[in-house]
Amino acid sequence: MTETRTNLKYSKSHEWVRQEEDGSLTVGITDHAQTLLGDLVFVEAPEPGSQVQAGEPCATVESVKAASDVYAPVSGEVVAVNEELTDSPERVNESPFEEGWLFRVQPTDPAGLDALLDADAYAELVASEE
Amino acid sequence: MTLKTTALHSAHQRAGARLVDFAGWEMPLHYGSQLEEHRAVRESAGVFDVSHMRVVDIQGVGAKDFLRRLLANDVAKLKSEGRALYSCMLNEQGGVLDDLIVYLRGDESYRAVVNAATAEGDIAHMRALADPATVRIEVRAELALLAVQGPDAVSRTLPLLPGDLRVAGERRPFSAVWNDDWMVARTGYTGEDGFEIMLPAATAESLWEALLAAGVRPVGLGARDTLRLEAGMNLYGTDMDTTTTPLVSNLGWTVAWEPEDRAFIGREALERQRAEGVPEKLVGLVLEGRGVLRGGTRIETEAGNGVVTSGSFSPTLGVSIALARIPAASANATLTAHLRGKPHPVRVVKPVFVRHGKSQIG
Repeated sequence: MTETRTNLKYSKSHEWVRQEEDGSLTVGITDHAQTLLGDLVFVEAPEPGSQVQAGEPCATVESVKAASDVYAPVSGEVVAVNEELTDSPERVNESPFEEGWLFRVQPTDPAGLDALLDADAYAELVASEE
Repeated sequence: MTLKTTALHSAHQRAGARLVDFAGWEMPLHYGSQLEEHRAVRESAGVFDVSHMRVVDIQGVGAKDFLRRLLANDVAKLKSEGRALYSCMLNEQGGVLDDLIVYLRGDESYRAVVNAATAEGDIAHMRALADPATVRIEVRAELALLAVQGPDAVSRTLPLLPGDLRVAGERRPFSAVWNDDWMVARTGYTGEDGFEIMLPAATAESLWEALLAAGVRPVGLGARDTLRLEAGMNLYGTDMDTTTTPLVSNLGWTVAWEPEDRAFIGREALERQRAEGVPEKLVGLVLEGRGVLRGGTRIETEAGNGVVTSGSFSPTLGVSIALARIPAASANATLTAHLRGKPHPVRVVKPVFVRHGKSQIG
């Protein structure tokens, strides 16, 4: 059984989003997604300062098995990326909801968060895919 | 379709395996981390359940002549009991039906181990060609097959073997010893020292548990694939199949051309290809920079396009490596791979990337 967290929002494409105190949003991939991918060997995050569009691919995670796109859950400007992952992509496997975060976005439309799934709805989605 | 399972199925579940469909068998992909399992084999020892492969015994007064016709390599090279030979089994067009290891067990007795995905076809092919009056082909589905591989494989496995088989530790690579039901071969698919052990399926679980208790790590088929790719060994179904000959798959060395009068299946086609010139070759590639080469990735050469036949991330080297089929005329040391739409430089190397835990790519 994979883990979900109630303080996060989720996309149908298996990203999670956490709202920070300064209004920015931290994005990662879910425990379910990292389990399916297996050991990650490379993470390619978007450039800081670049604009991302909700629902568009903006990062890539590569495991021993496959390369997968990461979709921006909301639109906005990338304000930080997790530099740690350049040398230690395995952090995404070890700690998908904490140390394995991918990037942080300053959203153009704060309401974008409302379109995402809550933990229960995401858990249901995962169960239906299993 | 119900998936077939091996005698170790519940042992895999207990060990936390992620089980997947592999050629109709439910087999462990990994037990948590493919990378850690890979490293365990390079640094210590790991055990693989490969009971989905098939053990086939070929016996009788006609066995030797039969195998000399069936296989592109020549079993007449096997001079002493227990010695093993790697060979391709070809169709008349020289295409590879399967690659296998054949062991000499006695005067009129051989044993072959064939791939899971091709086993049924292999056995039908053998039965269709063998004269039942002189050759008996017996499928040993009651045997399990474990591979223990890694620098500590021998020291950790020997005490667990039946006493009469512990001499296996002194045998050279590509040799086997056996008693009635067990066979212990110094063969494997990882580029490390170790054994492949055939034993009664009913006994497999107790050996498995004893190996785990001795500190040998269970390793899934995911790591088996990255280990074999680092070792530069071909994978049937991706690096070769019925549409490719051994000559375009880097396996010319396994074809026994001498003696000239040995009429093995596929010989005429191979001789024709050799005379006309071999159009393609299989090379090793190392990706410069980040990313992973995968099967199907296009490789641009100065002599035309090639393709990655199998590629992955190399856990030992920390970069992506691959086997690729490219035009034989290509001579450049650096080629271009098209990865997710972008060109990346790849270095051509001899297709042995890692041996005994050490980098071979300079």
